[in-house]
Amino acid sequence: MSTLKDRAAAISAQAGKMGKTVYQETQEAKNGMFRRDYQKENGKVVTLEEAIRRSGLKDGMTISFHHHFRGGDKVVNMVVAKLAEMGFKNLHLAASSLSDVHAPLIEHIKSGVITKITTSGLRGELANEISHGLMDEPVEFRSHGGRGSAIATGEIHIDVAFLGASSCDPAGNASGYSRSENAKSICGSLGYALPDAQYADKVVIITDDLVAYPNTPNAISERNVDYVVVVDSVGDSSKISSGAIRDSKNPRDILLAQNAAKVIINGGYFKEGFSIQTGTGGASLAAVKYIRESMIERGIHASYALGGITAHMVKMHEEGLIGRLIDVQSFDKVAAESLKNDAFHKEVSANEYASADEPGSATHFLDMVILSALEVDVNFNVNVLVGSDGIIRGAIGGHPDTAADSALSIIVCPLLRGRIPCVVDEVTTLITPGSTVDVVVTEYGIAVNPRRPELAERLRAAGLRIVDIHDLRDRARKAIGTPEPLPFGDKVVGVVMNREGSVQDVIMNIVD
Amino acid sequence: MEIRNAVAGTLESGDIMVQIAPAETEGLHIDLDSSVAAQFGKQIRRVIEETLTGLGVENAQVKAVDKGALDCTIRARVTAAAVRATGKDVWK
Amino acid sequence: MERLRRTMMFVPGNNPGMMQDAFIYGPDCIMLDLEDSVTMAEKDAARLLVYNALKTIDYGDTEMVVRINPLNTPYGKKDVEAVVKAGVDVVRMPKTETADEVRELEAEILKVEEELGCVGRTRIMAAIESALGIVNAYEIATASERMMGIALGAEDYTANLKTPRSKSGEELRLARETIVVAARAAGICCFDTVFSNLDDMETFRNEVEFIKTLGFDGKSIINPRQIEIVNEVFAPSQKDIDKARKIVAAIKEAQAKGSGVIAVNGKMVDKPVVIRAERVIQLAIASGIISEEEL
Repeated sequence: MSTLKDRAAAISAQAGKMGKTVYQETQEAKNGMFRRDYQKENGKVVTLEEAIRRSGLKDGMTISFHHHFRGGDKVVNMVVAKLAEMGFKNLHLAASSLSDVHAPLIEHIKSGVITKITTSGLRGELANEISHGLMDEPVEFRSHGGRGSAIATGEIHIDVAFLGASSCDPAGNASGYSRSENAKSICGSLGYALPDAQYADKVVIITDDLVAYPNTPNAISERNVDYVVVVDSVGDSSKISSGAIRDSKNPRDILLAQNAAKVIINGGYFKEGFSIQTGTGGASLAAVKYIRESMIERGIHASYALGGITAHMVKMHEEGLIGRLIDVQSFDKVAAESLKNDAFHKEVSANEYASADEPGSATHFLDMVILSALEVDVNFNVNVLVGSDGIIRGAIGGHPDTAADSALSIIVCPLLRGRIPCVVDEVTTLITPGSTVDVVVTEYGIAVNPRRPELAERLRAAGLRIVDIHDLRDRARKAIGTPEPLPFGDKVVGVVMNREGSVQDVIMNIVD
Repeated sequence: MEIRNAVAGTLESGDIMVQIAPAETEGLHIDLDSSVAAQFGKQIRRVIEETLTGLGVENAQVKAVDKGALDCTIRARVTAAAVRATGKDVWK
Repeated sequence: MERLRRTMMFVPGNNPGMMQDAFIYGPDCIMLDLEDSVTMAEKDAARLLVYNALKTIDYGDTEMVVRINPLNTPYGKKDVEAVVKAGVDVVRMPKTETADEVRELEAEILKVEEELGCVGRTRIMAAIESALGIVNAYEIATASERMMGIALGAEDYTANLKTPRSKSGEELRLARETIVVAARAAGICCFDTVFSNLDDMETFRNEVEFIKTLGFDGKSIINPRQIEIVNEVFAPSQKDIDKARKIVAAIKEAQAKGSGVIAVNGKMVDKPVVIRAERVIQLAIASGIISEEEL
């Protein structure tokens, strides 16, 4: 039994026992092409129409998108226009967020191509139309962590994800940055696209920079990708992110920033190994400057900074003040570049960033977060989604996730924006529950949630002026008068989902 | 009261620009363009009307472009426009 | 106790946004300006804006000052009428050169106050912005019972001297010292001139330290960002505070005993030392170093 032929019967018997066929050597000649050329022919690269056709997409199914190209995004409009052209109807659009640039969706909603939307935010004309009752089905709003959970649990089942990427190879390894010379549309982290890539039935990568295999390190692995579509441009680079850091010179922003920094420094969590998330508003960015100075002065280091990462955070990381950067979204080119080049700058999915049911999500170990607000009420509830005119004009983002999970959540907002009050009796829409909000910083004083008396004590001891939030509301009302009630109708145009899946609030249509 | 065309105020944030012109028909005709019209439109109109009536201006065409001005600013700008329109100052 | 006047923030009188916000930065005094920051064509509108702001906006405990136009312009007297009617704390007269000018302003104020039935409510400060004004500084400072303070206006002053302004401020030496001495002799306050380069906070800080050493009560400022620096410079040291607290404790002890003699560590404390100690405590409280309850 020393030759293969001798063992043929035994092989056959074994195959029979295992229920397998017996191997037959191929008669075909081996492909001798240079593999750089071969991968172009044999990859997953197809046209958009082909990708849609092959994905098995049908009327009534769910398609998804990410918003990492922000105001410069071209992917949503391009794909939905193609779907309309191909005659699809009744699709559910599940985006991580939508903005001004997506106004063309209005037509696709009117013509029945899109009949349901889930998103974190809405802005511009699309938001205005939806607020006035454009859609029959209400838009479902979720936080970033909430969307991650909903996708992981199957509450949002994505049939086909169309994910823009700044670079991709023919096998589907994709990133929000590029190492090629043809890089056009760089966004950095693809964190909000990662749940889609992992859980969608079919994944189509759309890129304007097809690079040779292997496009590693990558954000999305070829394992999760079915088709790759190459287009001229996935985004308007100038609107994706800004290049340089611009420090605010607005004295009110600086005042708010100084007060926020004082709360951070004296709140009891400013010690070796703390973790922090800050936003991108003028006051939030300016606060980072003061926090940095204090860290240097006291020799304190942060273990990690989280969230939308900015150039400020990158600088502090490079100076050795922040150990790790956890990046679900890179806010500027410096952050995107750092994510590409620095192993300690980690890209995370929306789930790993902020999902309530993900045991290791980064928000669970977050000490402090600085957040903005459109409105805060006397019960510390916050609204970041609906304007004081009742029209949707914002995004939930990671607001409720970080507020709920952090040890100290700080809302920074001016008391008045022109004649619009930001501290009110009751928020227009409940986005972040007051039970999760600890401190509100305004230019007229700092209010501490009565649930946190120890915090108020620490801040008072540090010489900060702590005021009752009712006094802030009164001060605003005295300056501007009492606003008239908003003309809401009786149609539900939006639903705010709590990050753990319950229905938290509804948004009614506005009547002109 | 004799009225000429007059304007006061600016389009800066927190200000209001008020133009006053002779009325074609009797009464105060207020054309208000405000970023906060939904919540404060009635209040702004009332302040404009009260201020003008207080100055004895009862017939005028008023165009106001509001950038979130407080009532005290509206009163000041309307008065300034009215003083310029009538040539009658409020000070001695 | 005389109020603290470390910062007097200039706010253009025709800018409603800035007038609304001025209070939040916590200057000790706010000066709404009807003079140099307002064009001729807008004098009437600015006057109405300042009038309505003073009547309506809640400026808390901040001392409200309005810089009027000179009385010999078509605007000055109307400015006085408007701001006194609005209940301003202090009228600031620009380009003051003689005591007679102060008395003329006083007469204008009195006329309006008599009409309102609130004689004596309004105080006066004079900005000295010329060589003649410096020569007459003491007469100006003592021209009226209403005088709250005098201030240096360096731009016009140096132009009048025929010299440019320098970073070191050498050319202002005599003017600054004269103003401090005149103010102290008259028992009123004195303010230094503005520093307008907002990109050079280091020179600004040095200048504030210098004028504090000269004896000024405070500095005129043009941007909220300057407030923190002035307050830092004027904040007393811990050593001064500790010393002052001992003296204040001794005062209380003496009062409790009904004794007129104040002694610390067995040594008698003179009146000037007591006054200085009280001012140190006042500054320490204003700077947030100690709280009122602590005392």
